[in-house]
Amino acid sequence: MATEQITKIDDIVVRFAGDSGDGMQLSGTLFSDASALTGNDIATFPDYPAEIRAPHNTIAGVSGYQVHVGNHIYSSGDKCDILVAMNPASLKSNLKWAKKGATIIVDIDTFTDEALEKAGYTENDHPFTDEMERAYTIIKAPVTSFTQRIGNEQGADKKTADRCRNMFALGIIFYATHKKLDQTYAYLERKFAKKPEVVKLNKAVLTEGYEYADKLEVMHSHIFEIAQADSMPKGRYRNITGNVATAWGLLAASEKSGRRLFLGSYPITPATDVMVELAKHKSLGARVFQAEDEIAGVCSAIGASYAGALACTSTSGPGLSLKSEALGLAVMVELPLVVVDVQRGGPSTGLPTKTEQSDLNQALYGRNGEAPLVVMAASSSANCFYWAYNAAKVALEHMTPVILLTDGYLGNGSQLFRIPKMADMPDIKPRLATPNDPNYRPFRRDPVTFAREWALPGMEGLRHRVGGLEKCPDGPLSTDPENHALMVHNRQEKVNRVANYIPDQEVTGDPDAELLVVGWGGTSGALTLAVEEMNKEGKKVAYTHFNYICPLPKNTGDILKKYKKIVVCELNNGQFAGYLRTQFPECPMTQYNKIMGLPFEVGELKAEFERLLAK
Amino acid sequence: MAEKHFVPKADREYTKADFTSDQMVKWCPGCGDHAILAALLNTFPKTNHKKENICMVSGIGCSSRIPYYVDTYGFHSIHGRACAIATGVKLANPALSVWVSMGDGDSMAIGGNHLIHAVRRNQDFNITIFNNEIYGLTKGQYSPTTKFGQVTKTSPYGTIDYPFNPGELVMGAQGTFYARALDCLPQLTTDIMTRAAKHDGTSVVEVLQNCMIFNDKTHAAITDRAVRDDRTIILEDGKPMIFGKEKNKGLRFNGRCLEAVTIGENGITMDDIMIHHEDTEDTGIHMMLARMSGDLPVAIGVIRNVKKTSYTQLYEDQMEEQMANGKYKCVDDLLNSGDTWEI
Ligand SMILES: Cc1ncc(C[n+]2csc(CCOP(=O)(O)OP(=O)(O)O)c2C)c(N)n1
Ligand code: SF4
Ligand SMILES: [Mg+2]
Repeated sequence: MATEQITKIDDIVVRFAGDSGDGMQLSGTLFSDASALTGNDIATFPDYPAEIRAPHNTIAGVSGYQVHVGNHIYSSGDKCDILVAMNPASLKSNLKWAKKGATIIVDIDTFTDEALEKAGYTENDHPFTDEMERAYTIIKAPVTSFTQRIGNEQGADKKTADRCRNMFALGIIFYATHKKLDQTYAYLERKFAKKPEVVKLNKAVLTEGYEYADKLEVMHSHIFEIAQADSMPKGRYRNITGNVATAWGLLAASEKSGRRLFLGSYPITPATDVMVELAKHKSLGARVFQAEDEIAGVCSAIGASYAGALACTSTSGPGLSLKSEALGLAVMVELPLVVVDVQRGGPSTGLPTKTEQSDLNQALYGRNGEAPLVVMAASSSANCFYWAYNAAKVALEHMTPVILLTDGYLGNGSQLFRIPKMADMPDIKPRLATPNDPNYRPFRRDPVTFAREWALPGMEGLRHRVGGLEKCPDGPLSTDPENHALMVHNRQEKVNRVANYIPDQEVTGDPDAELLVVGWGGTSGALTLAVEEMNKEGKKVAYTHFNYICPLPKNTGDILKKYKKIVVCELNNGQFAGYLRTQFPECPMTQYNKIMGLPFEVGELKAEFERLLAK
Repeated sequence: MAEKHFVPKADREYTKADFTSDQMVKWCPGCGDHAILAALLNTFPKTNHKKENICMVSGIGCSSRIPYYVDTYGFHSIHGRACAIATGVKLANPALSVWVSMGDGDSMAIGGNHLIHAVRRNQDFNITIFNNEIYGLTKGQYSPTTKFGQVTKTSPYGTIDYPFNPGELVMGAQGTFYARALDCLPQLTTDIMTRAAKHDGTSVVEVLQNCMIFNDKTHAAITDRAVRDDRTIILEDGKPMIFGKEKNKGLRFNGRCLEAVTIGENGITMDDIMIHHEDTEDTGIHMMLARMSGDLPVAIGVIRNVKKTSYTQLYEDQMEEQMANGKYKCVDDLLNSGDTWEI
């Protein structure tokens, strides 16, 4: 490596794209894990089709995985510095995600006439035009033939060998990012512990990819050393996806509160992994029930809550629609319940594997009657842990259903997670009734929080009935007009008073800002970076990001009133903006919306903010 | 593995009065639901379950008001979802004795999906279906059990819906306990419910109930005193299938189907009469018995009662095994598992 020339960089974005069966998600994960283990901060973004294996070599079948690695990473990055394209279709559909001047690594063996045609290339629109070659550094690696040769040498059949092609590409990436292979060797040894021949083959292909890169002249000037994560707080870290973090947050809340964890759910993309994760943890007391449908999922959770569990249900948009009626019941019976909605593109089946923030209105308003509940949103893959924990805490302490909004981007994406100690997590004190309390009444309320008490079947002397019909505070049914008005008021007031227990909303950025950027939920990475970059450029922009949606932090109005220009940015057509406008009609707000099933890009946000500043 | 009994035993003897609530019962006078309530109140003391651990769950309908009239824990939920709610109650706390009450519409129309899956899982709870073959609470629309051709408010020209037979549905869903009772035979209903309570797994008791306002006498062709003995047969485990006022009629299997025969006629003797076995694994005969109508007497009593490890038992076994031998003992273990590193 005498001539190699290493460029030090703050961060790099690598995008792996290939056919659904090409193992791109695995390559991406292995690269991000190895990066995290060698001290980089990371964020990942899987971008995969709804079909498990769409026809081979078609655009529909392309699966992508973007990894952003550096010293302090907020998001998975806009466009990539390195694109791996395992076939023509993945190059065709992913080129738009490559920065100008990016390095593009293709498996040249797959660029046959047939595959080119399937990908939609024509004679006039060939992938390797002079213009292309000038705009990018294109590395035409014979991935398939090299991999098959190694497979042959080791006596593996063609199919088995082909399955390792992703390792060859990964080897090139490790070379280009100046990383060692040991991490991944160790992973392969663990993963295929029972199949030594598979370990051997994968390791050999990985090494071959690395050495192939080393022998390429062009690569020598394309080696990047990525800055270590130094600005992050000290501590023990791990890599985690949003859905796993959500599951773990619920487990943590269960342990802290002493309430059994129950999850009743029905599989739905992109929320399924919350259930998949919790199903593994019976040893930690997680009681998971795969119901016959979403209605049964939420209803079983409501039943479990009545019986005393920290009860949860996880779903995505269409599933939340099915749960609406039961959520009204949960509001009416005033039982703790956590509903996790990992949002996806809608309406209807919509874009199952793509991200969106368009369930906000449904979460806020999607029930019959006056049916207030608490709505909150996580804002990073890692902080899904804390928001799930918090959702459970609020549900248990305030005796209310809570909807936690995450989204496909957070749920499937991964990030570094600083591991907390359970001893440091805030207390959770469920409002359990006292057995044989002669004064127990089902709807007697705490005068401060307005929360009722939780009397569990099995407790002596507290037998009572709950249900969807309106009740009077003492418990029996009532259709009295005054009573209904009172109960509606009390249920609303209970939710409103949650605001007394949440921290003030914070604003970051320029203190004399002209423009306030408002975001909520899963968009905080790109928004933070856009505002930070503009502040560095001396632009007068400030930023506030909402996690508590209903109720809003009490100082929300005070913040909004300070700014001449406000832009509410969200991945929908303006649902949060509309919600804020109804509460603060005196504050003029513009909105910036993206409804393409994709996260925000820093570039597009900055352009919009510049435009607003110049106005 | 022997079934474990999760519900704690009563610490004293209860009577019906212990379970009677102070709420005014608001069903129409003469409604069959009163008798079913009485049967249930008589059943609870016999189950020997601790009173605090009994939990009623219902959906929506006239029949679903029952939790208010029973002095136990109770959940009057939403239309069709009682089985799903009960599933969560029992999973969260297997020490509860869970009783689900539903109407025919509640259980087999809007809640049909939950019913079949609850039955299929065989979780340990007790279902009572109040079958009045009509939507009572909404004032008389046809239900999934309304007789074919019947005129109701929403079928002014007669229904063209083929009705469900609840017994067939339960057995089609691999049900392990199915019985049929009559609101006009409260003692028998209590006996059946008591046996249902003892069953490990999901028990379904269908009670033929009269809605005297919107579907009066729908079951009269079999329940009227004058015809009841000839039009119904009360099945008892291990006993010959005999019925009729004179106790001289019986059922036999003629190689193709069941037929009603008279003992002493055409050379028929007691030896020709079938013996009822509740615990026959195969559903064949039980299905035939549940289907009987027309020329054959309607079967009453416990039609099917077979042993099959309950979902509750399987679930608790898995929990116990994992809690004892699982990898992680606390959330800190989990958080620090796998690849972690210091920064
Ligand atoms: C979601 C929903 N749909 C419709 C209704 C109206 N509704 C209430 S009870 C009922 C049917 C009741 O019939 P059944 O279950 O047989 O009970 P019964 O009153 O006969 O005991 C209907 C349609 C409702 N309460 N909720
Ligand atoms: S309407 Fe029918 S089912 Fe309802 S209470 Fe009256 S008699 Fe009973
Ligand atoms: Mg009915």
